[in-house]
Amino acid sequence: MPEGGAREVWITGIGLVSSLGEGLDAHWEALTDGRAPVTDAARFAPYVVHPLVKLTYDSQIPKKGDQRQMETWQRIGTYTAGLALDSAGIAKNADILGRTDMIVGAGGGERDHQVDTAILNDLIASNDAGRLLNERLLADLRPTLSLAQLSNLLAGNISIVHGVTGSSRTFMGEESSGVDAVRVGHARIAAGQSEIGLVGGAYNAEREDMLLLYALNDFCMTGEFRPVFSGRDAPGIPSGSMGAFLVLESADHARARGATPIARLAGVWSERAKRDVAGSVAQTVAGLLAKGGDAAILSGATGARGATEAEAEALAASGRAVRSVANRIGHGFEAQFPAALALAALAVSRGALFPALPGDPVERGDGAVDRILVTGVGHWRGEGAGLVEKIG
Amino acid sequence: MAHTDTHGRPIVVVTGIGIVSSLGQGKAENWRRLTAGESGIHRITRFPVEGMRTTIAGTVDFLFDHRVPAPDLSERLATIAVEEAIGEAGIGGGGDFPGPLFAAVPPVEMEWPEKCRLADNVPERPLAYRDLLASAASGKFRPWHERFLFGSVADRLADRFGTKGQPISLSTACASGGTAIQLGVEAIRRGECEVALALGTDGSVHPEALIRFSLLSALTTANEKPEEAARPFAKNRDGFVMAEGAAALVLESYAHAKARGARILGVVEGCGEMADNFHRTRSSPDGKPIIGCVKNALADAGVTPADIDYINAHGTSTPENDRMEYVGLRAAFGDEVLAGIPISSNKSMIGHTLTAAGAIEAAFSLLTIANGRIPPTINYTLPDPAIPLDVVPNVARDATVRRVISNSFGFGGQNVSLVLAGEPA
Repeated sequence: MPEGGAREVWITGIGLVSSLGEGLDAHWEALTDGRAPVTDAARFAPYVVHPLVKLTYDSQIPKKGDQRQMETWQRIGTYTAGLALDSAGIAKNADILGRTDMIVGAGGGERDHQVDTAILNDLIASNDAGRLLNERLLADLRPTLSLAQLSNLLAGNISIVHGVTGSSRTFMGEESSGVDAVRVGHARIAAGQSEIGLVGGAYNAEREDMLLLYALNDFCMTGEFRPVFSGRDAPGIPSGSMGAFLVLESADHARARGATPIARLAGVWSERAKRDVAGSVAQTVAGLLAKGGDAAILSGATGARGATEAEAEALAASGRAVRSVANRIGHGFEAQFPAALALAALAVSRGALFPALPGDPVERGDGAVDRILVTGVGHWRGEGAGLVEKIG
Repeated sequence: MAHTDTHGRPIVVVTGIGIVSSLGQGKAENWRRLTAGESGIHRITRFPVEGMRTTIAGTVDFLFDHRVPAPDLSERLATIAVEEAIGEAGIGGGGDFPGPLFAAVPPVEMEWPEKCRLADNVPERPLAYRDLLASAASGKFRPWHERFLFGSVADRLADRFGTKGQPISLSTACASGGTAIQLGVEAIRRGECEVALALGTDGSVHPEALIRFSLLSALTTANEKPEEAARPFAKNRDGFVMAEGAAALVLESYAHAKARGARILGVVEGCGEMADNFHRTRSSPDGKPIIGCVKNALADAGVTPADIDYINAHGTSTPENDRMEYVGLRAAFGDEVLAGIPISSNKSMIGHTLTAAGAIEAAFSLLTIANGRIPPTINYTLPDPAIPLDVVPNVARDATVRRVISNSFGFGGQNVSLVLAGEPA
């Protein structure tokens, strides 16, 4: 028999940090008390970002030496992973952590802008640029820089700081890496290939090098913050700093250790629309929406042109209650899907949707919810969905 | 022969293999040179090396006659390997591969030539970083957005070969190729698919990549005789040689492969992994994660150390790796059993192909089984008394090899081992 099977998978731990705060309670309060999203349109003008709430890294990454070995996105992720392990009640439990299977959706490459700029200025003025580049890189790059840049070193740091060692895998590829990290983690548990796993990602939006990458093709939201579904044309990506990790666990394993589930992860799907074929994104999203029956929808819409318009069309046609993640905490690329699942699990655990954002025509519907379908449409490629259900 | 293994899962076989490395393009050429003990390591000519501590590498220089960004080369290498693999498998040609893609790809970022072009587009002197942002937003460099996305290499491969679903781009550093195969095996075992494409590719020898490894003191500085610089398990080993290449494997359930009459090139019997939480670049001194990784692979395959005929080592040629690999293997296999198993490192000839290494070495392991010939560890003239292994020194050896374990270990505490065997009798 294949290991297909369909064991029940629970979310038993959540770590979440964003511009709205740290932890589930802080997020619920911010989502329900009517406050506006926290955005900063000045610091990286003309680009608007959702800045991360101030974190006291020492509480999850006690060794300063460890903190120094990481760039900010890794610190955010390592911190958030610790929150998730705490939330699941498995932090410092060497037996369980030694069996915990980790899949991280990661970017990487965080640069030292000062060093890069200084080298570029010298290269421009040099008539022996090749030699100069070698000498400057050897002299100016910190020896640990490559580690702080490597995609798999977020997972590596989580192993080192928190002791998660069952296995360690890192997926890359922007939004889809977050979807597939959760999908594969879920599938392995459902099939009996794993009992407990840690999945998630982190994104530091307060980085000029990432703004540069997306600005190359005019994807960033400029000017003041606008809701992602606010007009006929997508308004651009309001990137947001965030970290989101989930502890996924077979129901049997959770019951055996007396863990309290936050929600059930009933299914995760990833898809790939043909972006150059008209109507393909809307059709793919419609197909994903069908996975959730009449569940409310928490959309991971990015705000990117060419993707968000089609997603809005499919969401509006569905007639279901809709909320957008980016309208609350911005877009966190690799971390967006895990963060959306965290917010969905939070909402079903509280039994209600948070209020719709004024000014966004696609957000609608209210009332009690016990099932939420999270959708994701990558800014460039990759679609996905995950279904979160209330337990009990 | 049953179509399920001792755990009751679908047996996963390999029906197509493609390889490209600094030794050349294609399985046949690579195997010929590998078993002849030839080295692909040479002096770097791709970019100026003045001022660098290490000036040699196993670059693949026969695909482009001008400089291209690393993801372009990684994509080209992977494309060649996949074309060979699906050609051999006789399935999934014509841009319609009937399964998912698991692609071990190097992390990407914008490189210095591109940064310099952004800078040239800035009027201000000296320029500030935000000037580069303004230059980026000028609309003159739009294609670079896609090119420097982490997912772009796998995305384009998925487009070209028509793999199904969203491709997975993955990195477990120098264990990535092994992880790609493992993910494919797991998907077939879950019954998600009957066929999967797993590959590892790395075309990222550029100045900063080389210097970064230099700054970690990971590279050999034995520049004088490039072909003799990679010396796994030898006493005078002093670091690895960066290298490029790719390998692709068509993975398939045994039942599916038999039903269509495919030629079976080997079986992926088991996969093991275990993360190390000791240090970012160093292995736990007690070797426990390596031991656990190897034991997990053997258990997953349902075999014992005595069933292993040959070990395809990670064998990077760094003082640390080769010693710790020995320590781990000794504990996992026991002295007596280990002493009777030949072990060699392909990296002595092709260098360390980093993201691609696990896939390339799994491919070579399958060729070792198929050909009954063990590739040597070359440059082994000064044995390290602390590592008493039969490393198949310098000359290939004919042997009956039914089952191989192939190890891959990476920075960030990544450990993956694969157990590979010939076609079930």
